[in-house]
Amino acid sequence: MSTSPSGPGSTQAPGREPVGSRPAKRRTARDHAPITLTGLAVKVVLLGLVAGIAIWAAFPLIEAGKWAGLALLVATTAGLFHLYLTRRHVPAKYLVPGTLFLIAFQVVPVLYTAGTAFTNFGDGHRGDKQGAIVAIQTASVKQVPGSTEYALSVATEGDPATGPLVFLVTDPAGGAVSVGDGTGLRRLDAGEVTVAPGGKVTAADGYTVLNFGQASARSQEITDLVVPTAGGALRSSGLSRAYEGKAVRAYDAGCDCVRDSETGRTWTADESTGSFVAADGERLAQGWKVGVGLRNFTRVLTDPNISGPFLGTLVWNFAFAVGSTGGTFLLGTFVALALHSPRMRGTNLYRVLLILPYAMPSFAMLLVWRDMFNSDFGLINNLFGLGVNWFGEEWSARAAVLLVQLWLGYPYMFLVATGALQAIPRELTEATSVDGASPWQSFRAVTLPLLLVALSPLLISSFAYNFNNFNAIYLTTEGGPFPADNPTNGATDLLITYTYRLAFGGQGAEFGFAAAISLFIFAIVAVVSAVSFRRTRKQEEVYA
Amino acid sequence: MTALTGTPVTGGTAGAPPANRNGTGRRNRWFAQVGWRHGVAVLAVLFSLFPIVFVLSAALNPLGTLSSTALVPNSGVSFGNFTELFGRTAFARWFVNSLLIAGLAALASITLSALAAYAFSRMRFRGRRVGLLSLLLIQMFPQFLAIVAIFLIFTTVTDLWPAVGFNTPWGLFLLYLGGALGVNTWLMKGFFDTLPRELDESATMDGATHAQIFFRIMLPLVAPILAVTGLLAFIGTVNEFLMANVFLTDTGSKTLAVGMYGLLQGDERNNNFGIFAAATLLTAIPTVVVFQFLQRYIVSGLTAGAVKG
Repeated sequence: MSTSPSGPGSTQAPGREPVGSRPAKRRTARDHAPITLTGLAVKVVLLGLVAGIAIWAAFPLIEAGKWAGLALLVATTAGLFHLYLTRRHVPAKYLVPGTLFLIAFQVVPVLYTAGTAFTNFGDGHRGDKQGAIVAIQTASVKQVPGSTEYALSVATEGDPATGPLVFLVTDPAGGAVSVGDGTGLRRLDAGEVTVAPGGKVTAADGYTVLNFGQASARSQEITDLVVPTAGGALRSSGLSRAYEGKAVRAYDAGCDCVRDSETGRTWTADESTGSFVAADGERLAQGWKVGVGLRNFTRVLTDPNISGPFLGTLVWNFAFAVGSTGGTFLLGTFVALALHSPRMRGTNLYRVLLILPYAMPSFAMLLVWRDMFNSDFGLINNLFGLGVNWFGEEWSARAAVLLVQLWLGYPYMFLVATGALQAIPRELTEATSVDGASPWQSFRAVTLPLLLVALSPLLISSFAYNFNNFNAIYLTTEGGPFPADNPTNGATDLLITYTYRLAFGGQGAEFGFAAAISLFIFAIVAVVSAVSFRRTRKQEEVYA
Repeated sequence: MTALTGTPVTGGTAGAPPANRNGTGRRNRWFAQVGWRHGVAVLAVLFSLFPIVFVLSAALNPLGTLSSTALVPNSGVSFGNFTELFGRTAFARWFVNSLLIAGLAALASITLSALAAYAFSRMRFRGRRVGLLSLLLIQMFPQFLAIVAIFLIFTTVTDLWPAVGFNTPWGLFLLYLGGALGVNTWLMKGFFDTLPRELDESATMDGATHAQIFFRIMLPLVAPILAVTGLLAFIGTVNEFLMANVFLTDTGSKTLAVGMYGLLQGDERNNNFGIFAAATLLTAIPTVVVFQFLQRYIVSGLTAGAVKG
């Protein structure tokens, strides 16, 4: 944002001129001010509450061994105590409570998101390379046709909570029991074990069989335990079944590649894209997270599959924001002007009825409108005897969305315009008519400019709000209709719904790319608002 | 809009020689000055009301399906949808959850932003302008895109402190507090700026502390505006869908927006329309009532720049 809103406007308020001299005076006055009993009591109670919450929050951190988190907690609490027990730093006393929440739940997530814009973070690129290798190998253990299923018991030779795990498996064919660990499988004598009717081992000499609770507490270790066998490997499937499958792919550190033992194909690690790539360009689905620099940003501009629809979406996004803001403004102001007359009767009743849409829950009304536009049995088609497939055609869908926004938004503009009209002194318009101006001239020359001055900050914020009006699209058309060749970018998609689909849509999340687009959105909205705020003198006065 | 400014003049001429006007002339004149206004108002009211009438009709429709609902109930009237709503869904729970979360969040966020606005309006300190501008900037970031990060953060939080994790009203409440400063601080600073500085200066001379000035002098003066801003924050939070949708997955912990959205999902979309409409009406009643009471203040609050979320 520009600096203009906050700085120089203070000249307009004469009471603010001698700012420089005041703090000294205030400080002495404050130091002499008595400490009131209620003030002290409130302070003690609130700080006690802070201490209590901090202690409550500390125990889980200690248990989990999160020392950095604990240090942060202690530092924050100590800082709060210091701040509210000294007499200095008065502004901070008022700013810190909100700022703490702002930092924790808004600034940190936003910075994190901005950071991911420079990575390929997304489905298939979530963790590190080691994780990707493990995932590839694990995923390639195949339960081949005819692979044997075993009844499984998990046991250990040591303590049930920490001892090394073994699998006790019962061969379904012969009923023979074997014990398996990371090194291999070994047959046990039938006399050493007790087998339940289902084939599950309930006791074995020298081993402690884990009960269900103990086993589920260590389920991650159980999933990770692979017992090599002659034909491949034995893995658990749940806590009571195991199968013998084949790990087809393995990582070879020598060539930094993954080799498929069945087909002999190799996929070499590509550090710049964070994936294993075969010679013919085929990629394994499991990759890892790497920094990709500005590639996400250039992709928006250069990839023809994205830049074309993206520009279209951008244009429609502007049209939607301008259309919703402008439409509601025009209609709201027009109705406000119509009702603004001393000879008008029943304005209060009209007003009460007019603003009802504003008081209705908007999320629910968006869904109601969606169903009113239903092509088969929606109200609009029934009422006017039409057969329009409203959300099926590009332009009718756009018109429908704008109409819904008009309905939802114009009562707000009506209220605001009514307030602004009432604030315009009647003498001004009377003076113009005395001077012989026509009503239209006086409206153009006096009422409208004053109205615009009062409403332009609202128009700007309304524009910024509608530019990212997620609910308006997501709860009605969901971005559709979609062109046949591009299921990710529909005719009524705003950038924000498009981005949402990229990040959380069904076909593979692309968080990095979505974050890059959200930085684009941020830049656009910030620039538009900055330019318009600069041109709005009213804003400078109000926010001086 | 022609007669807006013309009224005094034409009123004067119309009042002076009333005798030489015939009936049609007077009617035309009445229409030019007042009649068209009623026309516009009636059309606007019709436009405002017909979706609401449709909701009302759907809520009272005994069949309870979208396809059988018309603008005017044509197959009788019943309250079956309402009883079904309470019997079949956890609507009462959702309602309480929404009121609780939105009420507390509105209260807390108004408090936090009033505190900050007081500092920004009345004190001069290093970083003041930077702070104000960064608030404006942060607000412009489409915050919900940070939802991946928020999800990851709260996954850890749920592990450590389940009481404020996913599926708890407190976690969502904390999350909403993160947005408290961004939304309302500028607005409230505007209100505080309109209060004359002489007020707190004279209080300072009389020995009042900064806290006393804030709580005893400033807050009572802006209380009506605070109430309106709080109400709008409340409505905005009730309507918040996206965060809540990610955050609350247990049926019992859902808010109205999330729960009611679920009613219209999938195959049930046509069949559930009646109970959805009933739920919409019940959700709207408290807000509509408060709106009508606070209408006067709302206008002043809106003119100052409040935006309904």
